[in-house]
Amino acid sequence: MSVDRDLGAAIAVTRFGLGARPGEIAAVRVDPRGFLTAQIRASGADQPQPAAPTSAQRLREFRAYKMEKKDAKAEGDAKTDPVKMAARMLRQDTGADFLARLRLGATTNAAFRERWALFWANHFTVSAVKLTTATLVGPFEQEAIRPLVFGRFEDLLVASSSHPGMLLYLDQTASLGPDSAAARFVRRSGKAAGLNENLAREILELHTLGVDGGYDQADVTEFARAMTGWSVGRVDHDEEPGGFMFRANAHQPGARVIMGRTYAEDGEAQARAVMKDLAASPHTAHHLATKIARHFVADDPPPKLVERLSAAYLRSDGRLDVVARSLVEAPEAWAPVPAKFKTPYEFLVSSWRAADTAPSDVTAAAQTLNAMGQKPFSAPSPKGWPEEAQAWCAPDAVIKRMTWSEGFAPGAVGQSDPRRMAENALGARLSDAVAKTIGRAETRPEGLSILLMSPEFQRR
Amino acid sequence: MTPFLNRRHALLGAAGLGLSLDFLGARAFAATETLAARRKLVVIVCRGGLDGLSLSPPVGDPDYAGLRGPIAIPAFGEPGGALRLDGDFGLHPALTATHALALKGEARIAPSVATPDRERSHFEAQDVLESGAAVVYGTSSGWLNRALASMGPPGAVKAISVGPTAPLILRGPIQAASWSPGGGAKSDHRLPAILQDLYAGDPLLGPALASGLATVDMSRVAIADAAKASGPAVTDPMAVAAPFRPGLPQARTLGATLAGFMVQPGGAQVAAVSIDNFDTHANQGAATGQLATRLAFVDAFIDGLHAGLGPAWRDTVVVMATEFGRTARVNGTNGTDHGTASTALILGGALKLGGIVGDWPTLRQTSLFENRDTAPTLDMRGLFKGVLRDHMGVDRQALDQKVFPASGAAPPVMGLV
Repeated sequence: MSVDRDLGAAIAVTRFGLGARPGEIAAVRVDPRGFLTAQIRASGADQPQPAAPTSAQRLREFRAYKMEKKDAKAEGDAKTDPVKMAARMLRQDTGADFLARLRLGATTNAAFRERWALFWANHFTVSAVKLTTATLVGPFEQEAIRPLVFGRFEDLLVASSSHPGMLLYLDQTASLGPDSAAARFVRRSGKAAGLNENLAREILELHTLGVDGGYDQADVTEFARAMTGWSVGRVDHDEEPGGFMFRANAHQPGARVIMGRTYAEDGEAQARAVMKDLAASPHTAHHLATKIARHFVADDPPPKLVERLSAAYLRSDGRLDVVARSLVEAPEAWAPVPAKFKTPYEFLVSSWRAADTAPSDVTAAAQTLNAMGQKPFSAPSPKGWPEEAQAWCAPDAVIKRMTWSEGFAPGAVGQSDPRRMAENALGARLSDAVAKTIGRAETRPEGLSILLMSPEFQRR
Repeated sequence: MTPFLNRRHALLGAAGLGLSLDFLGARAFAATETLAARRKLVVIVCRGGLDGLSLSPPVGDPDYAGLRGPIAIPAFGEPGGALRLDGDFGLHPALTATHALALKGEARIAPSVATPDRERSHFEAQDVLESGAAVVYGTSSGWLNRALASMGPPGAVKAISVGPTAPLILRGPIQAASWSPGGGAKSDHRLPAILQDLYAGDPLLGPALASGLATVDMSRVAIADAAKASGPAVTDPMAVAAPFRPGLPQARTLGATLAGFMVQPGGAQVAAVSIDNFDTHANQGAATGQLATRLAFVDAFIDGLHAGLGPAWRDTVVVMATEFGRTARVNGTNGTDHGTASTALILGGALKLGGIVGDWPTLRQTSLFENRDTAPTLDMRGLFKGVLRDHMGVDRQALDQKVFPASGAAPPVMGLV
């Protein structure tokens, strides 16, 4: 490590983690790098508590809600109380999942592991913007992402691509092989039926190869054909109610040619074979390495670091624990100057950690995040939340952060000394100018507000 | 050589003091209150795919009523009927203020415009609409920001967006202001001044906070003006932000408040606003219902903007567009699905008189795009380019190459302004 231990400890906790809780930086000082590598484990990331119900349970609830709505409409009343109650229940589900995740972030002792999980959840974005996926984001992260974030990328890719949350979010369930029995059946009733390329395209463009990954429109269409049949069981009459289900009668028959390689007809396994090759591609290695370096280190990441991560990925057959270790060991990741501007989520979680507290009211937290432009579980597109400082440092957003800090500080500071809080939160990253300014604050809350809004706390 | 160096040093010195170049530029140009400096442009992005056939129902088209069934807007003069524009087209009955402007020649429709995107995916189409690229992810900055760069040196023409994050359409190298209701640093607090000192050398936070605080100051004036323009209905900015579905008084106040930002000395000449929730797959309604409620919101916003701008309305053009239109046929759930062409609204006192903008492809089955959607007859970029060239003075070469890259084949629409 090219930086001294005090600075190393501060960077480990604030850049790789989610911000320091009191005493954390001091405890890490002995071995900052070891503190991070010890968080890498085969069983994956922590699960937020209390755990969310399964996605199958959520789909059943959603189905019941829709039936209720339909009944209410048949009776000529679109806004009966049971419908409102059900809608509220759906919102509460999502809110509870989100609050559990916030609290995990605010309290965990293994915040690098949590950041690593959040990175992959954002890489494989499922957004609550659709009614059908509104309650599935929590279960998706719980079932498809968290257990696998230190395993093989290929497994993570398959788990994400076969999860009901992703299949519904990116319309895979609506995609029928044009020559399949299911499509012919639908066409007989005069309706159109065929491919929906949404998920296939995003797997290539966002999840694996990247936009310049050497595929063209014909490859997208062929991959979409290979993926037909990947679907979700209906909760009332299928053998896999609310879970992944392969519908052989929706699968486009025949061999597929994708990027010059031929994949024999093999039902469900045909798309799996494609995913295996996608995961092994050097384009994928480079794309993932760039995204990891961009998330952890800098919007414009050092090419040396990208090369290092990419090499670790290819050397290990896409093992994400090896990539995580390589990130921790890379000297480029420990550059003294913090280049990342915190997202609203990171800003709030690190503020709670600095004040040694955790949120209990999801409505307040959700309104705050909404006002700052990061509505809970609702990334604007399958691309996920933006990484660049430019997106988050809009003038209005800075004002919103300042206003929130002023509201948060009086309750959070209590009888604590904001100077001590600053040392605890930033360690060796605390600048003389900010320390001095906090020391001159008129009141304790003002001191804490200055800490939270300081240039070094806004960055990591 | 010496004068050049001096100017450079002066600028660097100013940057060190925390004065942004933006500020210097604004002072230099504010002195010339020319027509160019008075001109204003507002772009409203309606997200979710706004149904053009309800926004400006072609009630004179013989196929319209049949395709639309229960969600067709009734003919002129019938209960809940369209508000007449000409023999064929009307406006949705909820758009009363917009219709009053149209009768004065201050609102026109372009009933079959589309971006170059044909994928019918919200985020792709919004990306193309806002980035101005011919393909999705073609560029990471917005066309309105690149247009600002072609209107003069940085800071000469100021821009503002309404909302908590910077929308893609205004992202890019030129720092734009942003505002959303409910912020408001209290002026009697010390924190803003303390932070300004701490941010003096910070290239990111310094300019952002300075712009944010200036906007907060302006918002006080703007909100006070808005109260005058739109009546005492709602003046508390928190009330605008609070509800999930703000009502008409809030919409009117929001429009008037934005106007308040634009009429102040040194205010924004260019503004971007997003209005969402137009994805009407089910139960979209006709003269009343879901979509009518959203359109009434739009109408109230435009009304507030018009009232708030006052005499500045005559130097203003407003363009309202959406990422795509919706299917020509009503679907099985009394709604409509993702389509292609939709209607753009062009408003403002600076408009030239005229009928519909672009050709009407008709709704004959053979004319529909892929036997499904209103066929596009006009490239959306051509509409934006016409406004940028004739109203904001952006030259053709910049429009064809920089603002809308590789768009030479989509010429600016003539005769709007």
